[in-house]
Amino acid sequence: MVQKFDKPILTPSQTAGPYVHIGLVPEACGIEDVPFETLGREIAGPEAKGDRIKITCRVVDGGDLPLRDCLVETWQADAAGIYPGQEGADPAVSGFGRMPADFTTGEITFETIKPGAIALSGDRKTPPHISFWIFARGINHGLHTRMYFPEDDLSGDPLLARIEHRDRIATMVAEATGPGEYRFEIRLQGAGETVFFDI
Amino acid sequence: MTGRLIPREAGIHPPLFTPAYKTSVLRSPQRALIAFDSSPSEETGPTFGHMKLGALDNDLLLNYARPGTSAIGERIIVHGRLLDENNRPIPNALIEIWQANAGGRYRHKKDGYLAALDPDFGGCGRTITGEDGSYAFRTVKPGAYPWPNGPNEWRPAHIHFSIFGHSFGQRLISQMYFEGDPLIARCPIAQTIPDKAALDRLVAALDMSETKPMDAIAYRFDIVLRGHRQTHFENRPEGM
Ligand SMILES: [Fe+3]
Repeated sequence: MVQKFDKPILTPSQTAGPYVHIGLVPEACGIEDVPFETLGREIAGPEAKGDRIKITCRVVDGGDLPLRDCLVETWQADAAGIYPGQEGADPAVSGFGRMPADFTTGEITFETIKPGAIALSGDRKTPPHISFWIFARGINHGLHTRMYFPEDDLSGDPLLARIEHRDRIATMVAEATGPGEYRFEIRLQGAGETVFFDI
Repeated sequence: MTGRLIPREAGIHPPLFTPAYKTSVLRSPQRALIAFDSSPSEETGPTFGHMKLGALDNDLLLNYARPGTSAIGERIIVHGRLLDENNRPIPNALIEIWQANAGGRYRHKKDGYLAALDPDFGGCGRTITGEDGSYAFRTVKPGAYPWPNGPNEWRPAHIHFSIFGHSFGQRLISQMYFEGDPLIARCPIAQTIPDKAALDRLVAALDMSETKPMDAIAYRFDIVLRGHRQTHFENRPEGM
């Protein structure tokens, strides 16, 4: 016998289920007189520095159907690559987005500013990206991925360097569809399956 | 920023592919998740400690009720503490909940269960943890409800929880069950958790010490999020 660690056990995850909207985006599911406002609506206020961008995304299942009941949350840095809460962060950037898919099309559209590259230890940097967390009925633990931008050089990213199958990096790169407009498709399963992280 | 996150312990969270829970079959990645040490993108996160809450935000008995009345059902208090795995309280953190009413019906346009809606119950609430990580909600005990996973499948009574720590990498969504519910052992969603001790972490215990006589029964539900690595030795030159 040895001494026992007396560490609390992590609370395990469970699916958010089909009625997640009630708790997190109540106005989206037909609740009138919502007792409080939805969070994560404004990622970057009108005063925020940086280039304004518009992102349209879809989350697609292994049968090629878009998820029409999912939610995504996003987290990003400001235009200088500083996260809200860190010293010197742009006060007009909340960095946090929470968006439900459209109940008929499954599309999720949001506006923000393009984040800057993120400083790591030493003089290394991670190219601009937005972190995504996807949850829905049928997803037992929120799925974590990143969206990178097609115009950026991703070769120096230490995280992407860890991915052995280089062709999979493209699954995290948005497609430019117009000036300041991007499309990002997240494929949960099968051909072109998006890279998901355990970080 | 609060430093490197401790990697998630294996075997606690459910796997993503759990065929007994049928919707997971087409919604689970087949490739392995890519593991990596946390970076600022996961170590920072949205914080809500500054947020102004309404007086009834954590009181589901009243926050959707018409004046002078309250939601129908068994009145309960759900309370506990939010901790990290180093056993430290997580203060100023946002907890949001949603649930069915006492009959097992959700106020959601996609819920067609024949149980009645309660005009005085909305089913959502939120709160911010105190300095010691404590939180509390007042609500009704939700009913069990049927769902179409199998021909005769019933969810145990449960409250959905959405929890933020201070880092995006700590984000968690889960469900709280109630002590003594025989449906937990039969539920394909609860049973996605492979480890019995881990599933027990989702079952709130009856707590007579916090029960309000002639008013509401209390259940205690503590929540544990990932912690940050403790730095016993800092990398700095000698003598500084
Ligand atoms: Fe539910």
